[in-house]
Amino acid sequence: MKAIVKIENLSKMYRLGSIGTGTLTHDLKRWYYRVRKREDPYLKIGENSDGSTKSKSNYIWALKDINLEVMPGEVLGIIGKNGAGKSTLLKILSRVTGPTTGAIHYNGRIGSLLEVGTGFHPELTGRENIFLNGAILGMTKAEIRSRFDEIVDFSGVERYIDTPVKRYSSGMMVRLGFAVAAHLEPEILIVDEVLAVGDAEFQKKAIGKMQDVSQNSGRTVLFVSHNMGAVKNLCSKAVLLENGRISYNGATKEAISFYLNRKMEILNFFSKEETVDKLRLSGYTLDVYFSTIEIENDKVDYYTNDKIVILCSIKCIRKTDNIRINGTIFNNEEQSIGGWFGRDFFDMKPEEERRIKIELKGHNLVVGNYVISLSIGKGDFTDGMIDFDVIQHVIKFNIVGFDSKKIIGYSVWNSKWGNVLFNVKTTVI
Amino acid sequence: MSSQDKEYYDSVITNRDKFFDLRLRDIWQFRDLLMLFVHRDFVAYYKQTILGPLWFFIQPLLTTLVFTVIFGRIAKIPTDGLPPVLFYLAGVTSWNYFADCFKKTSNSFTQNAHIFGKVYFPRVIVPLSIVITNLISFGIQLLLFLAFVFYFIYSGANVHPNLFILLFPVIVIMMGIMGLGLGMLVSALTTKYRDLQFLIVFGIQLLMYATPVIYPVSSIPEKYQLFVLLNPMSSIIETFRYSFLGVGSFSYSGLLYSLIFTIVIFVFGLLVFNKTEKNFMDVV
Repeated sequence: MKAIVKIENLSKMYRLGSIGTGTLTHDLKRWYYRVRKREDPYLKIGENSDGSTKSKSNYIWALKDINLEVMPGEVLGIIGKNGAGKSTLLKILSRVTGPTTGAIHYNGRIGSLLEVGTGFHPELTGRENIFLNGAILGMTKAEIRSRFDEIVDFSGVERYIDTPVKRYSSGMMVRLGFAVAAHLEPEILIVDEVLAVGDAEFQKKAIGKMQDVSQNSGRTVLFVSHNMGAVKNLCSKAVLLENGRISYNGATKEAISFYLNRKMEILNFFSKEETVDKLRLSGYTLDVYFSTIEIENDKVDYYTNDKIVILCSIKCIRKTDNIRINGTIFNNEEQSIGGWFGRDFFDMKPEEERRIKIELKGHNLVVGNYVISLSIGKGDFTDGMIDFDVIQHVIKFNIVGFDSKKIIGYSVWNSKWGNVLFNVKTTVI
Repeated sequence: MSSQDKEYYDSVITNRDKFFDLRLRDIWQFRDLLMLFVHRDFVAYYKQTILGPLWFFIQPLLTTLVFTVIFGRIAKIPTDGLPPVLFYLAGVTSWNYFADCFKKTSNSFTQNAHIFGKVYFPRVIVPLSIVITNLISFGIQLLLFLAFVFYFIYSGANVHPNLFILLFPVIVIMMGIMGLGLGMLVSALTTKYRDLQFLIVFGIQLLMYATPVIYPVSSIPEKYQLFVLLNPMSSIIETFRYSFLGVGSFSYSGLLYSLIFTIVIFVFGLLVFNKTEKNFMDVV
């Protein structure tokens, strides 16, 4: 079968720093080189977009030599950490910006769901905005008219359809925008994280619609997301982007685990303090905070009934009482599978430093790879809580078997059965 | 399937493009969007105003009033023997149409970055819709002007509309296209060099004084007339006034010069505009 989208040697260069200083001289120089049929003097070959290493050049490759073929009807997931080039790739595909070198060949129309409600005008009514937004997304008036009722129905804003959208709540606006976009019918659909909008009910509807589009209508979909669960559910294939290059291209499941393993490897480069710093969620007061977190003896492989011990150092800036430490465990699809609330409260004074030992016993986790996020705070789920510091995915460990004495382990465990083996007693009575 | 079929694709995205490609087919495909933009601009413009569409008339009337007082009464600039109100209204109506086309299209990229950053459609749709919107408001303002013309004919003033009115559609299109061409050129440059944005407001105002809007060409000393006529808008305004009011100067060569200028600036503007749309999101 012939690919519907064929990407050949696609690269995209960006200029770093402020635009406007020196651009005129650079532009003139570039033009002069081009006139003489020389290569662009500001393109440095062999440098990539790894932001953590400082290069001398002010130009970086956001994408470098991407080669990719997408088959008709395929739902392709595009994963990778922030800044890997995912959005740049989608932007080039949706023709918002152009490539520096290389080409994309495709058949049919490309429609994009990069953001919903693009071009909504606050003074126009819902009805008028459906037409305007639909036309911006590439539909003709006749196409919109034929799907108008469906769109209104899907959005759930019938009552307000003749009200200017400036009177809408933000949720209604998003639903209307998504409804229009979801009824686009291009041969190739590009989706970027839109599933993160709206309330839970609407999200479910949106995911349902996505599945419907990909499975029943045979449309080709390119889907970018940080939600590994969604990628796994929707996509048949996935590519992993790292520093603007494709580092994995294959079945979704393998791509995801490859990605998550790579993510953990990166952590080993840094010292304990740096690791905590890199994984810290922003926006917390840090009255009390983690300075280091480690797993005892750097041991990563455990059996289901093993005790897992985490050691951490905590520092204090402002005097705080009744401090506790909470944790959440995630599986390798980044879905949380459980957590705990610390019950051994302690008090701290400024400048004080404490060592804390966390013992995770009787967790009954089955074979697989897991990560733990930790937080310091006050209170618990029964009477509300405040967090001072949250460190995401800081501990990584694997469950490799059921019991060190049993050799067989989990050879028959099916991932559909979940991640926890409950301790259940069955008696014939 | 032959090997040629196998490698054939409808569309391609690269950074290379044909040098001379106006992409008029794309525009035709998005004609519905063009009209919806026009509709949007109209509806949104006068929402939540008390006087509503009356503003179409108030703006030229006030400007005319100011010009009549300052240039007519105080500075006493001759008006070719026409009633000053009619003279200025003719100039203001036609000049505003051109100036609006120029000014409002000149920030097409920067004003619409939030939409352009999300989806693709031929960017030229935006300036085109602005020109059409302006054309419609010009049409409305023309009614006001005609009402004044009829009033002054009725009251026996020295006003003689003539057959050159047949050129009217041509000069209306020329003004719109010239404004569009210049606007597209400037908007392509403002994406990178914002300085132009400030310059343009000032520039258009200066250009008005270099155009026979508030004075007739005949009032200028012979040796400077050439400079005024080098301005491609001069013959257009003069033709407009001559055909409706029967006073002023008219020359085919002047109009031809404007026509050639219009075509050149439009084609050049569109090429630069199309070239810019590809990568402007990286610099805006």
